[in-house]
Amino acid sequence: MDQYIKTGLADVPDERGYFGEFGGRFVPETLVPALDELVAAYHDAISDPAFHAELAELQRTYVGRPTPVTYARRLSEQLGGAQIYLKREDLAHTGAHKINNALGQALLARRMGKKRVVAETGAGQHGVASATVSALLGLDCHVYMGSVDIARQEPNVFRMKLLGAEVIPVESGTKTLKDAINEALRDWVTNVRTTFYLLGSALGPHPYPMIVRDFQSVIGHEARTQMLEMTGRLPDVCIACVGGGSNAIGLFHAFRDDDVEFIGVEAGGYGIASGQHAARFADPAIGRPGVLQGTRSYVLQSPHGQILNTHSISAGLDYASVGPEHAYLREIERAFYTYATDEEALAALQILSRTEGIIPALESAHGLAEAIKRAPSMPRDTIMLVNLSGRGDKDLNTVMSALEID
Amino acid sequence: MTTVPREATGTAAVAAMFERARSEERAAFLPFVMLGYPTLAESIETVSRIAALGVDGFEIGVPFSDPVADGPTIQHASQVALENSVTVETGLQAIRELRARGVGQPMLLFSYLNPLLAYGHKFAQDLAEAGADGLICPDLPPEEAALLTGMREHHLAQPFFLAPTSSDGRIAVVAEAAHGFIYVVSVTGITGARSDLPPELSDYIGRIRARTSTPLVLGFGISTPEQVRTLHGLLDGYIVASALIRKAPEGLDSVISLAQALNDARP
Repeated sequence: MDQYIKTGLADVPDERGYFGEFGGRFVPETLVPALDELVAAYHDAISDPAFHAELAELQRTYVGRPTPVTYARRLSEQLGGAQIYLKREDLAHTGAHKINNALGQALLARRMGKKRVVAETGAGQHGVASATVSALLGLDCHVYMGSVDIARQEPNVFRMKLLGAEVIPVESGTKTLKDAINEALRDWVTNVRTTFYLLGSALGPHPYPMIVRDFQSVIGHEARTQMLEMTGRLPDVCIACVGGGSNAIGLFHAFRDDDVEFIGVEAGGYGIASGQHAARFADPAIGRPGVLQGTRSYVLQSPHGQILNTHSISAGLDYASVGPEHAYLREIERAFYTYATDEEALAALQILSRTEGIIPALESAHGLAEAIKRAPSMPRDTIMLVNLSGRGDKDLNTVMSALEID
Repeated sequence: MTTVPREATGTAAVAAMFERARSEERAAFLPFVMLGYPTLAESIETVSRIAALGVDGFEIGVPFSDPVADGPTIQHASQVALENSVTVETGLQAIRELRARGVGQPMLLFSYLNPLLAYGHKFAQDLAEAGADGLICPDLPPEEAALLTGMREHHLAQPFFLAPTSSDGRIAVVAEAAHGFIYVVSVTGITGARSDLPPELSDYIGRIRARTSTPLVLGFGISTPEQVRTLHGLLDGYIVASALIRKAPEGLDSVISLAQALNDARP
């Protein structure tokens, strides 16, 4: 496979970065030239076979791609319905899908002559991936992370420091992912001439949602080939968790012209009725179209347009907005979105650990929870492909304290 | 109580403001006041007293939870203002009250986009009816301006921004789209008081001047009367925000005396 980025299937976004009525570019003027420069550099890179070749080589020899697809035999038998397959992004270097995008963007940064990169991180997976590829390519990496997330993702903070990155605690606002993005944007505005913003999810101003999707689409392209090899056909359903939504869009993208159902699973937190969640699509009282951090999408907001605090046991899903392409896929009814609560995700994490010997990240456990919910009532010849976007090691402290309370 | 009579509204009022300043061979001074900081009543009183100094116009801020273009000073003021329950509606009400108190200067509302979208399609009409003359929205570039309807129909000023990173092509786009003036960002960065303005400022402004006759108002980083004096002949106006906000904890009199000094320094 010589071309890892495949854009041929894309009919969105348009040249202004719109996926239907979602997306766009809502940024301070200082960043407009930087975003234009990024668009140009990206188009230049993906039309250069040497860029594809280097990315493919590093994906193979450094990241460990292709990641396997695992048939979850015991889990499927226990549920007694649909057959569940797992795309094993947890086995990629650094333990999550985030490395796919971080590597692609870091190669872009180097190509653009930017030696300094800034990144935001929630769960710490994108921060670790950014620190990793920066070490690999000799870039100076600065990661903004909310102090609440620093407390709950301690191992990842230490990992980033070991990798030579500077981790900058963010004390503003809710001290989580949203605030880390604000600070990363402020850094970028200030140092825009020398700095590349390595954005970790399919969010933010155009062209980020497109670039992140394209770099993550390797997940779906591999999985599509692997499913055909393993089962002789395409899956009936693809399921992935959705925070910003990069692992989900990376899985869905390769199947978008196929007769395959897409299910995105948001963080239901303590339940929708509690108001303490990050399910942008599930709660019409507060989840409405709006503009946050450069893009128009669904946003959890007050009646006055102030951004609301979110809650999820999983730091990576704890965000008030969602990638604009997901809002679009939902609008055109190409994808369906639901949610799993903290409790359901914790249960799914334990079930997978015991039945398959795989401890998933709490984020990925949200996707699994939906598969576990659906499988029993589906015919045995139904095939569900779940994106296991990351491994659970980083969450052990959180899981331990959650289970003790129970 | 104000020394500046209100003779026009909207874009015309803003144009008259620059006309008057030009006839006096000086730049216009537009202080920024965040509504709700330190309290709503004190912020309204601040505008009212600064108006009496005879400043040229105002940027009246309403807060947003995620002000990405702003530094720590405005972030903090926004946080306090939100705790004081200030909304876009509060902003319109405050402008009505200030007009009733006789404030005649042009007033432009400052807000990030999302609260305005949440307010709904009547925003421009209600803004005009409240007595405001325009809107400054830091996360709305000209390409996306259509999302906010009604600004032209209600003859409201709507400046857009230029930054030191703006290309000549970009200057043309912004000059075409801007109504009232162009907000010239002094530095690549976020808002906040700075001790020095960048040395390349006059080249940068010269580059813009060569391409448009729209009035240019400088903002970001201006904090002292000395800095203001260095701007002589360069610009049509200047905005000061963070430096004034930083005086608020010392009391209203400190804010007023800095505003007075900045006003007296008009280049």
